[in-house]
Amino acid sequence: MAEPVLQVAGATFRWPGRAGFSLSVPELAIGAGESLLLLGESGSGKSTLLSLICGTMLPHGGSVRVAGTDLTTLSGAKRDRFRAETIGVIFQQFNLLPFGSVADNILLPLQFAPERRKRAGEVRAVAAQLCDSLGLPEAVFTARANTLSVGQQQRVAVARALIGKPPLIVADEPTSSLDANSQAAFLDLLFAQCAANKAALLMVSHDPRLGERFDRVVRMEEIARFGRDAA
Amino acid sequence: MILRLAIASLFARVLTVGMTVLAIALSVALFLGVEKVRTGAKDSFADTISGTDLIVGARSGSVQLLLYSVFRIGNATNNVTWESYLDIAARPDVDWIVPISLGDSHRQFRVMGTSTAFFEHYKYRRGRSLQMAEGKVMDDLFDTVIGADVAATLGYDLGDPIVVAHGLASFAEHKDQPFQVAGILEKTGTPVDRTVIVSMEAIEAIHVDWQGGGQKPGEPTPVEVIRQMDLTPKAVTAALVGVDSPLKTFRIQRAINQYKEEPLLAILPGVALGELWAIVGIAETALLAVSAMVVVTALIGMMATIFSSLNERRREMAIFRAMGARPRTILGLLVLEAMLTAALGAVLGLGLLYLGLVVGQPLLDAAYGLWIPITAPGMGEIWVIGAVVVAGAIVSLVPALRAYRMSLADGMIVRT
Repeated sequence: MAEPVLQVAGATFRWPGRAGFSLSVPELAIGAGESLLLLGESGSGKSTLLSLICGTMLPHGGSVRVAGTDLTTLSGAKRDRFRAETIGVIFQQFNLLPFGSVADNILLPLQFAPERRKRAGEVRAVAAQLCDSLGLPEAVFTARANTLSVGQQQRVAVARALIGKPPLIVADEPTSSLDANSQAAFLDLLFAQCAANKAALLMVSHDPRLGERFDRVVRMEEIARFGRDAA
Repeated sequence: MILRLAIASLFARVLTVGMTVLAIALSVALFLGVEKVRTGAKDSFADTISGTDLIVGARSGSVQLLLYSVFRIGNATNNVTWESYLDIAARPDVDWIVPISLGDSHRQFRVMGTSTAFFEHYKYRRGRSLQMAEGKVMDDLFDTVIGADVAATLGYDLGDPIVVAHGLASFAEHKDQPFQVAGILEKTGTPVDRTVIVSMEAIEAIHVDWQGGGQKPGEPTPVEVIRQMDLTPKAVTAALVGVDSPLKTFRIQRAINQYKEEPLLAILPGVALGELWAIVGIAETALLAVSAMVVVTALIGMMATIFSSLNERRREMAIFRAMGARPRTILGLLVLEAMLTAALGAVLGLGLLYLGLVVGQPLLDAAYGLWIPITAPGMGEIWVIGAVVVAGAIVSLVPALRAYRMSLADGMIVRT
């Protein structure tokens, strides 16, 4: 197997200010183009794990490798740049800067990732094309983000995550604010676009029904030990 | 694009940001306005008298001489004898000399005896001459020319009679020799506006029957008789002197100050005005300090607004962080927003200032004779705007640093 896009090995994290609470993830790997659903209840440490993967938090031990680079070896500024270059992020909801246009929002990560910008090429055309393939009407492109419906906003968030073809897409319960029909349509688009971009997808959810669409389903409690040290 | 997003973010909070901008604008307008009025007042003050090289009076203090001879405040401790006056007038380097005789009053206004040369040589606001609004310079012995404020306050017109009171705040009046208004001067913004001007001879004439502050007993001397009398003054209160060459001013000043026959004092009006302003100027500095504090208050208001917006903007910061923005970028964004707000406020304040000047200039001139020139913004104004922007950046650092720490701790976890 080629080098995994994401490889977490023996990562441990202790929350500052909450003595004794810790999370350890002995092993988690995602291959290139693979889709993985990470199931876990709220409070199971999912968000923390995502922060470790995205490099906004650093593990106290072990390593987190994304696209072959160990995040723990990078400085804060380099990690931020690295995240912009390699990872597309989709939140649960309110993904967009409400005061920016749809175009502004889609192009935002490229501001912090010059190489990804270069990769994207003619950025506005690419963004418009992404919108089109995500079924967003053309007029939406220049509209203010807060004038869009929630479903449309989530699709814009997908376009933003995918622009410049980052190898890893991280999605934190992106369907939780959508109704059942919209969920299915949204996931269809997400999977199609990830496949088209050959991006690996790591989605976090508490909803096991989504599992069948993914290459692999992992439960948080299988990969992580969430504990309270005696220390 | 980041700048555009910052501006868009400000627009999204147009109400709170607008209020902050307005507060800064008003404070900047106030500050610049106070500065304008201050310099305007200083210039107006310095322009009270111009074209006069020396003021001569009995020996006292230079500020005191200036106060009573030009501002008609306070009194002379002594007079200058007519002989000394003629002596000075006869000096070859003296170009012109105008006598001033003070001591009487009309209602709340001072009466000043002088010669018609006063109208020719008294200059104010960089060489402007006195202009007649109505009538003419006094011609008859009992003619008077009144300042604009005297006419406006007392409602006098040409030909109206004026009875001069003996001394200041006195009930003894020179009833037997009523004057009539021959001319009314244009507004000047100087103490001349509040002066009743009569001839030197008239001052002598009304004191014919007076001795040592009291009227002589018996019948008053008829006006016809007075007109026939020799009314050459016995003394003057002060004299305005013009010198034919500025280089000689100091020589004449020294000669007068060392005059052996009588202790005299000659002052340079500009120097004395400067000394006087140094006394008055403390209040003006205090006023400026107070208005500067208003600007600081407005900026602290902006800091409070940014602080209170931080929590609702945590999501925005998380989005920026998730997209790869460094905490430093978040800090920079907040500082940038504060600078934009402050700059907008400062520029709007400048606009308000000019609006205020356009509206207020004629009013101030009419009411106080204070002329505030409307000039293009100079280095001073640009400095103030720059300082407000920099100060805005500095005060915004406090909430921005908090945002920096918050975004470092939150990362991309969206907290609501």
